[in-house]
Amino acid sequence: MIGLEIHAQITALNSKLFCSCRGNYRDLGPNTNICEICCGLPGTLPVINQKAIEYSTMTSLALGCKVPDKIMFYRKNYFYPDLPKNFQITQYNVYGFSSIGVDGIYELDDAKQIRISRIQLEEDPGRIAYSEGDMNVRNSALIDYNRAGVALIEIVTEPDFTGPKEVRQFLNKLSLTLEHIGVCDTLLEGSVRCDVNVSVEGGNKVEIKNINSFREVEKAINYEITRQSSLYSRNLKIEHETRHWDDRKKITFKSRSKEEEHDYRYFPEPDIPVIALGIDFVPNLKKRMPELPNQRFERFVSKYKLSEHTSNILINDKKLADFFESTLKVHFSPTEIANFLITDFKSLIEDDGESTDYLKNLKVKPEHIAELVKLIEGNKISRITAKDILVKIFESGMLPSEVMNNTNSYKIADEKTLMDAVQSVFDKEKSAVEDAKTNSEAINFLLGKVMKFTNGRADPKIAMRIINNRLHNPDK
Amino acid sequence: MSNLHDLLAYEVVEGINGGLFTAEAYISSILKRIEDVESKLHSFITLDSEGALSAAKTIDRKIREKEDTGEFGMGSTTEYSRYQPTRNPWNLDYVPGGSSGGSGAAVAARECTVSLGSDTGGSIRCPASFCSLVGLKPTYGRVSRYGLISYANSLEQIGPICRSVRDLIMMVNIISGKDEMDNTSMSSSPIILNNKLRKLNVAIIKELITGSDHEVTRAIYSGSERFKEIGCTCDEISIKNLHYALPSYYTLASAEASSNLARYDNIRYGFDLPVEEYKWDTYFSKVRENFGEEVKRRILIGSYVLSSGYYSKYYLKARRLRSLLRSELLTLFKKYDLLIGPTMPILPFKFGEKIDDPIKMYLVDINTVIANLAGIPAISIPVGFSNGLPIGLQIMAAPFEEQKLIDASYHLENAINIQRVTNAI
Repeated sequence: MIGLEIHAQITALNSKLFCSCRGNYRDLGPNTNICEICCGLPGTLPVINQKAIEYSTMTSLALGCKVPDKIMFYRKNYFYPDLPKNFQITQYNVYGFSSIGVDGIYELDDAKQIRISRIQLEEDPGRIAYSEGDMNVRNSALIDYNRAGVALIEIVTEPDFTGPKEVRQFLNKLSLTLEHIGVCDTLLEGSVRCDVNVSVEGGNKVEIKNINSFREVEKAINYEITRQSSLYSRNLKIEHETRHWDDRKKITFKSRSKEEEHDYRYFPEPDIPVIALGIDFVPNLKKRMPELPNQRFERFVSKYKLSEHTSNILINDKKLADFFESTLKVHFSPTEIANFLITDFKSLIEDDGESTDYLKNLKVKPEHIAELVKLIEGNKISRITAKDILVKIFESGMLPSEVMNNTNSYKIADEKTLMDAVQSVFDKEKSAVEDAKTNSEAINFLLGKVMKFTNGRADPKIAMRIINNRLHNPDK
Repeated sequence: MSNLHDLLAYEVVEGINGGLFTAEAYISSILKRIEDVESKLHSFITLDSEGALSAAKTIDRKIREKEDTGEFGMGSTTEYSRYQPTRNPWNLDYVPGGSSGGSGAAVAARECTVSLGSDTGGSIRCPASFCSLVGLKPTYGRVSRYGLISYANSLEQIGPICRSVRDLIMMVNIISGKDEMDNTSMSSSPIILNNKLRKLNVAIIKELITGSDHEVTRAIYSGSERFKEIGCTCDEISIKNLHYALPSYYTLASAEASSNLARYDNIRYGFDLPVEEYKWDTYFSKVRENFGEEVKRRILIGSYVLSSGYYSKYYLKARRLRSLLRSELLTLFKKYDLLIGPTMPILPFKFGEKIDDPIKMYLVDINTVIANLAGIPAISIPVGFSNGLPIGLQIMAAPFEEQKLIDASYHLENAINIQRVTNAI
């Protein structure tokens, strides 16, 4: 059995959860994105960011959670150097439901249901930079409070996963959902983190902390299942414990500190009164809710008449799907554009390596793809040529028509030129020509040769007609 | 004019605005007064005379000062102060009340015109009572808490300590209002000075009378007679849930304090203590040994009542009792405009008399904690003396009914016409 606790920063916010410091602390000098509030100086009070409540509510709705009429904040008390107030303002449901989302159900693609126990809004702590060596024995550490107070959404699932594959499916779908709501850019470093509870039959629950990217989660689970199963098979006890994921060594290790024996002494945060969301809040938010991946899928299939397969490929890559829809605005030819994007375009991007925000700095714009597809449809270039042109656009950012003219790569539709090409092929492939008279497979072989002869520029329809003519009326 | 420091705040404003004297002359008189009496009183932690003078010279600003307060606003005597104990200007052998005892002593001794205090369980009203001053704990949310070092967030309010109700009105109107920096603050209508008093229904809280010293009881009854003189009715009523108030108060205040004080970990600011040789948790422990005894006691109580297994038994029960008390009071306020009783059940006491027994110390807060628990406004006004020691009358009203409270206080003040100024110092 596997359960997850996911922390996702609300990267969409301009400011932190309780003060006006920047929400995006990345690439800033240490302790330059701080104020008296997020440093917890005496005399300061937290002021709740209303947008954070909206974003976390949208997340709750997207994960099928109920949103209570009234929400509350609690203090979670514990001492840790990265926690400026030595308590974290978070939410807590033990004394009654008051977190932003409860009791959700999230369906995986194969209709398997994962129950969401709760979603809560809370503040991120700062970060500790250890000079060197192991976490428990060292003389000094540096603390950066730039991140302290950044809004976090915690998503806690029931232990409904049976294996790492389901977890991966869930996390992929969750990322996609978060991206579609616009709440979290999951590609930003440290924007999503995951704690995993794993227990195999006959053993106790083991918690793995500190998994700093969704990609590592599957590896950590696999490692842990193997470790626990091998203990079990040797009749050794599987301890109830907290372990950490070492993403360099790719192993989990037992945490030496006793930090998990905490009694957090939760109690309601007195500085933030109970927030009554109001009867209009959720309905209004639902109206403003961005399209979710499932809805987008339905729309792609029904409105653009794309196949389910094609729709899935596009939607699983939100930026690609956005690019697709931008291209449609320039030239509405969904099937052709979609096919082009998920094949030639996508493979080119993937050749480029897995960069995080690949579409942002791309020289190819929707206008390019639109024009390229128009050229294909207008029979000006062949698909094969289109791919070559695309490579050139990737490098130069030139318009497809410019590339086409510069390289003389427009399609050959001229009868005379094509008849010459067919003649050359017929001269070389005498036995194939004989075959082709009775076997249509061999006709395709001949066409392939013609295409190759013309470097892919021959108009296949015209070439085919000429081949057929020559086969059946050899004298003409 | 020789004794400018004796003037009330509204007289000072009128005097400066009317050109009778300058702000500088006034401040100089105050500073002279401080020079004369401060060595006996110890009201101040810091004093910026030059700054005050230059501010007075350039703009007519009030003296900038910071009164002595019990460490983190705890304790009823100011004996817990990290500095020298503050003395009562009416008799230097006696405590000035706390925890805003510095504010009280300074105003009573005319070391300053008016002052602010923070009131978590009576810290404004207790010194007001012990020093013969007017002190108001406003409705919870009327005054922003931004800038106040939190002790028990859900209970405390900032309020004025003055020598007259007129001064107090001025102060309340300055400090009230919704503050974007405090989510618990709310807007409210300004207080006006009503020369005519409409008939108010007043009730004495029986339990607070029976629990008090004789001299106090006598003074309160004579005060209640004055209510009739100014045209109010006066009944005697009982508060059923009153005996829950103190345990509920100390449970909740300690719980919140234990969490608020956790931030003093010597990491971002503090004193010099090298980190070598410590793991982070032992470093925290080492640092926090430096709290005073009373603070440590409340951190321990607070942590205990919040710990798992005890939360429902203590903290949650305390919250329930708190809302029980609040709803009982709100019901009473449907019938009565004001509830009255002694501010303190005892007279000011001598230094060292009560401090040895913390439970005994906590018990004297019984009358004042009610208003903090219920979030309602409460004022203490001087009602008499016993052997030269001041006695305060407490008046409570429904949430945001400060106007009623102040109307009654203003007319009572005129009716009683009490000796305003001590000559003991």
